[in-house]
Amino acid sequence: MAKRSPRPEPQVSPLLAAARELVAKAEVGDEEGTAQVLEQLTRMRGDTLFEELGKLTRQLHESLNSFRTDARLMDIAAREIPDAQDRLTYVISMTEQAAHRTLTAVEGRIPVIGDLQTGAAALRERWGCFCRRCMSAEEFRVLNSDLDGFLGRVEQEMARTHGELTEVLMAQEFQDLTGQILRRVIELVHEVEAHLVDLVRLSGERREERVDEQPTGNSEPSGPAIPGRSGTDVVSGQDDVDELLSGLGF
Amino acid sequence: MLNKEMKILIVDDFSTMRRIIKNLLRDLGFNNTAEADDGKTALPQLQSGRCDFLITDWNMPVMNGLDLLKAVRADPNLAGLPVLMVTAEAKRNQIVEAANAGINGYIVKPFNAVTLKEKIERIFERIEANA
Repeated sequence: MAKRSPRPEPQVSPLLAAARELVAKAEVGDEEGTAQVLEQLTRMRGDTLFEELGKLTRQLHESLNSFRTDARLMDIAAREIPDAQDRLTYVISMTEQAAHRTLTAVEGRIPVIGDLQTGAAALRERWGCFCRRCMSAEEFRVLNSDLDGFLGRVEQEMARTHGELTEVLMAQEFQDLTGQILRRVIELVHEVEAHLVDLVRLSGERREERVDEQPTGNSEPSGPAIPGRSGTDVVSGQDDVDELLSGLGF
Repeated sequence: MLNKEMKILIVDDFSTMRRIIKNLLRDLGFNNTAEADDGKTALPQLQSGRCDFLITDWNMPVMNGLDLLKAVRADPNLAGLPVLMVTAEAKRNQIVEAANAGINGYIVKPFNAVTLKEKIERIFERIEANA
């Protein structure tokens, strides 16, 4: 992970200068000067050693940190990404179902409403004819019977339309459930992004200290149950809820 | 006999779900409804305005439905308020937790109009029986 940087070149120059100075001092027999330069050389060697040790320590620290990041990323890759895929697939199927429920209800009602409209227009014309007194007694008898039938049909169809509109209304509840699921997937994407940014920083060796986020506790709401992905501790529907609660005295 | 004039507060962070519940309640004859988008905005409404019934979601930002329920039960003026939870939270231990915190009814999403009607009727039947 951490790459070893080449030994810095500028160190060589002062070393060489000091070595030359040492030779020069020794040649002229300057014992005090020779001792000073020797001490300087020893110190320079020590500094380099500490520098290398510091680098190694930093590399070790970063490798350990990157290992932690890698472990979380592996967990995400192995468990949470497939889980997110299932969640997103579930979102698709829920929105699809909602669209079909809505379309079925609307498609069923449109022709009926067209029919009633045409029927009402025809009856209104005949009713106008009756009001203008241009209708025979026999025609009125038929009109009376038709009106009765039509009103009965309107009553019946309006009740059905009401039911279908409630169906359309209920079909919209997907938005709440899919919204909750999508929020969770968005959180996951943010987390993956943060870890990837960390990895990029690490490979550039410009990583800053970072406080790891704690995973959320068990008492947090866990969101809508996904069919086939939730464990046995999840109820399968309202009947299960009622049974559970009746056991608690509800 | 259900009082159709009672004021019902609907708490859910999704406006679509609030609309659905509001429409279903209107179908059942309850026209006096108010809305809040989480526990934190619901609580002042409960404390100031006279509400007779609370329908709340669980998973909401800032203050969730369970915390709202606990706050209601802890407030001497609100402690007796009937609370129906309508939520996607479907874990058994969560339902038990809500029951222990004092819910009057629990509906798991997705739900239907019949379930809502039944639960509301049952809640008020029990309250009347205990009165």
